[in-house]
Amino acid sequence: MRGNRTTGEMIFDWSNVLVMLAICFLTIYPIWYVVVNSFNEGQDAMRGGIYWYPRAFSLDNYVAVFRNGGLMKAMGVTVSKTVIGTALHVLFTAMVAYAVSRKELIGRTLYMYMGTVTLFFGGGLIPYYLLIRDLGLLDSFWVYIIPAMFSFFDLIIFLAFFREIPEGMEEAAKIDGANDLKIFYRIVLPVSMPVVATIALFHGVYQWNDYFTAVIFTNNADLQPIQTFLYRIVALSGSNQIAAAVPENIVRKVTSQSVKLATMVVTTVPIVIAYPFLQKYFVKGFMIGSIKG
Amino acid sequence: MEAQTRAPALSADRPGSRAKARTFMRRLIGQRYLQMMALLGVAWMIVFNYIPMYGIIIAFKDFNIVQSIAAAPWAGFRHFKTFLTDDSLLYVLKNTLGMSMLKLIIGFPLPILFALFLNELRSSRFKKAVQTISYLPHFLSWVILGGILTTWLADVGIVNHLLLALHWIQEPISYLAEPAYFWTIVVSSDIWKELGWSAIIYLAAISSVSPELYEAATIDGASRFQKMFLVTLPMIKGTVTILFILAVSGILNSNFDQVFILKNQLNESASNVIDTYVYQVGIAQGRYSYSTAVGLFKSLIAFILLLTANAVTKKLNNTSLL
Repeated sequence: MRGNRTTGEMIFDWSNVLVMLAICFLTIYPIWYVVVNSFNEGQDAMRGGIYWYPRAFSLDNYVAVFRNGGLMKAMGVTVSKTVIGTALHVLFTAMVAYAVSRKELIGRTLYMYMGTVTLFFGGGLIPYYLLIRDLGLLDSFWVYIIPAMFSFFDLIIFLAFFREIPEGMEEAAKIDGANDLKIFYRIVLPVSMPVVATIALFHGVYQWNDYFTAVIFTNNADLQPIQTFLYRIVALSGSNQIAAAVPENIVRKVTSQSVKLATMVVTTVPIVIAYPFLQKYFVKGFMIGSIKG
Repeated sequence: MEAQTRAPALSADRPGSRAKARTFMRRLIGQRYLQMMALLGVAWMIVFNYIPMYGIIIAFKDFNIVQSIAAAPWAGFRHFKTFLTDDSLLYVLKNTLGMSMLKLIIGFPLPILFALFLNELRSSRFKKAVQTISYLPHFLSWVILGGILTTWLADVGIVNHLLLALHWIQEPISYLAEPAYFWTIVVSSDIWKELGWSAIIYLAAISSVSPELYEAATIDGASRFQKMFLVTLPMIKGTVTILFILAVSGILNSNFDQVFILKNQLNESASNVIDTYVYQVGIAQGRYSYSTAVGLFKSLIAFILLLTANAVTKKLNNTSLL
């Protein structure tokens, strides 16, 4: 077939390939620029002109990141909120989804209506803030977890998956005397791993990337996740947060800018590691969500 | 079904109703675990979705932090009037609409074009590689993107470096400190981050177009461009329409996470949008009732826009969301 292509087609194909390569370059390069500058000595990088590889290679920026107590604490908060938040979100949302997936559930239609309304209407920022305050969640670690524990949108995705599970499996367990909660976590959950993974990865990314929850709901520096820590550096140029903690022996080589770049890289690495797994699942999750939602 | 089972329990005078009520109770007890599982979710929604909806009434009250919502005195439409006559209204609305319109005009067609051209790639391996790379920025947080942008746009950053080297500018420019550049930065960084991701849904729609149509078009002597724009594009019209309706209804929604991180005191005149304004006067200044009114005003306009876009597209090409 290839031989049959006309000159016009050849030109089309090659220009298309070139445009796509350009898009790939434009996507990757801004990230690459940050990476190479983070591996360069801070003082030297101030002169600019580091485009493709570090000019004065140095790991000092990373040493400064890992020796910074506040930053490592923020990393700890992020890891805890991502792990705990994701586990609870998936378990809780899947549990509710399983209950409403069962046709005999009394009040099922009403529950579904109540959920659908939440997709279109909300209270807005201030009433939500007042609620969080009244619940005593200000300056609490649980503000990251409990308000994010459930999502009706994710419930719809779970629902679409649970409908496909053959009823015979549940019937057999029922005859053995298992209650519905047991059926859910012993039988339904283990066979639903693809959808569990999809939702877990999406929610994990949300938990990892969210910076605003901490900005609005906590003043406690010990509860600050890494993204909020970075936000304060980027938006409020709070570079003294960094400078204060740089070890004496490297203080002259690093700059707040170079440490900022290293922090950005450290913060992004877990996302890049998770990315191949994300890739595998998200198109599927996206499709179920878009058809049903 | 449920209504029928439940109704007799209320009117106990009809014959057999007691037996029915008993069956209903037995059913309920039989599914107690299931009910418990569902009701935990319902309780969560009541607390985190419905209570804030009730909280909207403070837009019509003079709420202050020491009172309860119910005890606060009524204020009628005063807060709405204040906002509609406030000087900030004009520039906040201008910024919100300006950035959203640019995102709609430039950012909406680009993913469609990207998907169309991606679909024309002959090597499926290369296609997959381009897709993988183009999705990646979607998963970076806006904080990281803010960091990338401040690095690129810094006085010693790559943008100034290049423009100085090309003699396009004589002095380095602090782009994020100049209101004039703010919209461009927001719109282009948004496109950079979401181009690939937004194309997924179009690619999925394209993949379901029947290959026979292309064969027929080839026999009729259609060129590649004709196939793209006269076969593929019309076949995904429905998807495009629905996403367009959603985009129009979201026109007052600026991307809060994005604007909030790039906004500073120097660029405020171009960067303050409705959402950041609500945050600023509500949380920072504590004018709860007033900022709730502003938020409600925004939601109302958004809802009207949704209905309008829906009606217009329904008339034009018979596709609608609602």
